[in-house]
Amino acid sequence: MPGPTRGFLGRRRDRDARLPPGQYDAGSDWPVLTAEPTPRIAPETWSITVDGAVEAPTTWSWDEAHALPRSEYRGDIHCVTTWSKFGTWFAGVSVDTLLEAARPTAEAHFVMATSKTGYTTNLPLEHVTGGQAWIVWEYDGKPLPIEHGGPVRLLVPHLYFWKSAKWISKLTLLHRDQPGFWEQNGYHDLGDPWRQQRYQGD
Amino acid sequence: MTEDGAVLGAGVPDAPAGGWRTATVSGVRRPIQRSVQLRLDVHDRIDHLPGQHYVVRLTAEDGYTAQRSYSVASAPGDPLVELFVERLDDGEVSTYLADVVEPGDELEVRGPIGGWFVWDGESPALLVAGGAGVVPFVSMLRHARALGREDLLRIAVSARTMAQLPYADELVAAGALVVLSREEYGIRPAGRLRAEELLPLWEPDQTTYVCGSAAFAEAATQLLVASGRPPASIRVERFGPSGGPA
Repeated sequence: MPGPTRGFLGRRRDRDARLPPGQYDAGSDWPVLTAEPTPRIAPETWSITVDGAVEAPTTWSWDEAHALPRSEYRGDIHCVTTWSKFGTWFAGVSVDTLLEAARPTAEAHFVMATSKTGYTTNLPLEHVTGGQAWIVWEYDGKPLPIEHGGPVRLLVPHLYFWKSAKWISKLTLLHRDQPGFWEQNGYHDLGDPWRQQRYQGD
Repeated sequence: MTEDGAVLGAGVPDAPAGGWRTATVSGVRRPIQRSVQLRLDVHDRIDHLPGQHYVVRLTAEDGYTAQRSYSVASAPGDPLVELFVERLDDGEVSTYLADVVEPGDELEVRGPIGGWFVWDGESPALLVAGGAGVVPFVSMLRHARALGREDLLRIAVSARTMAQLPYADELVAAGALVVLSREEYGIRPAGRLRAEELLPLWEPDQTTYVCGSAAFAEAATQLLVASGRPPASIRVERFGPSGGPA
């Protein structure tokens, strides 16, 4: 780690305790950063499937998913490109609820999330259970905007936000970890913002 | 999954990746307002592919750090790495790079990074940029020129005015379609990019690259998809106050 950069003072000294290292508060902004064209997905054609290393592979339609117990997240989100957003409010269904129905096998340790666009991201199973992950279709009490992953996205707010796959369509349980889209391109397999796990090797 | 179940990025070869390095600032230019072009001598550099980016990390005396991503404008064969940085008035990093950095300064950088928004130097490509979104395409263009394969690239660039278009001379010389939303350009009246303007740039088997602000990238990709481009053939890089994945 080299010394200070000549003449760099930096700004925000009284840092908000909610801000992980290297992040800044985006305020009311919510930047949109995706690698592929935004898909137009009609809710009636959307579905979520849990498959792979599970005892009961299951698919829920829009109506079936909405009939599951509602679950909400209120808190902060953090993007690897260094913005964080405080006090967000999402609603949908807990990933725990989906997994209870699909019943991961004893050998299942990882999850690959796949979007309608073919985007993928990998997560350890223990990071999407115990009330840590949601499938969400509501933001601030309104339908989730398409550019933010609507009609339905994954939400794993304790990890960098590229893990919260937009336009989610499938969760595949795996025995072994496999890199997803950004992970193949040098980004971290876990992505814990509090440990600044931005890139492979961090 | 897409309609055919393809996984995004499947079959795209691994791109080079580099860790943290020290870079000596070799040149600082301000060819257009509210921006800076930095030429960096990156120690122990790993050559990039056109389209990849670098992270610049600034450290204050008390250890406080701030880092941002910037696309590379130089070709892999250039002995220096050239970054083009748009100066954002409230930008903590861009204001430092634009206002304070001088030749001889040392900067901490990390790169190259990214493996999706890259051009292999062999495949036909349509490049569509808004504003500072031209930067990765300048790298692709320079690389194509070095390879003698400029025929592979078709380029469309959009800006408010000519004076606000980065690398304007180089892009015009390469035959890029120039779209200005706030002033006339030749016989073209001021206005946003239209689908029919892109049609002459279409070639078989092109991969399309779109780079620009979130608003530009969204408008351009929807234009392309609506006029028949397969979504799976379109790669997008959106930037706002930051770059890279969300």
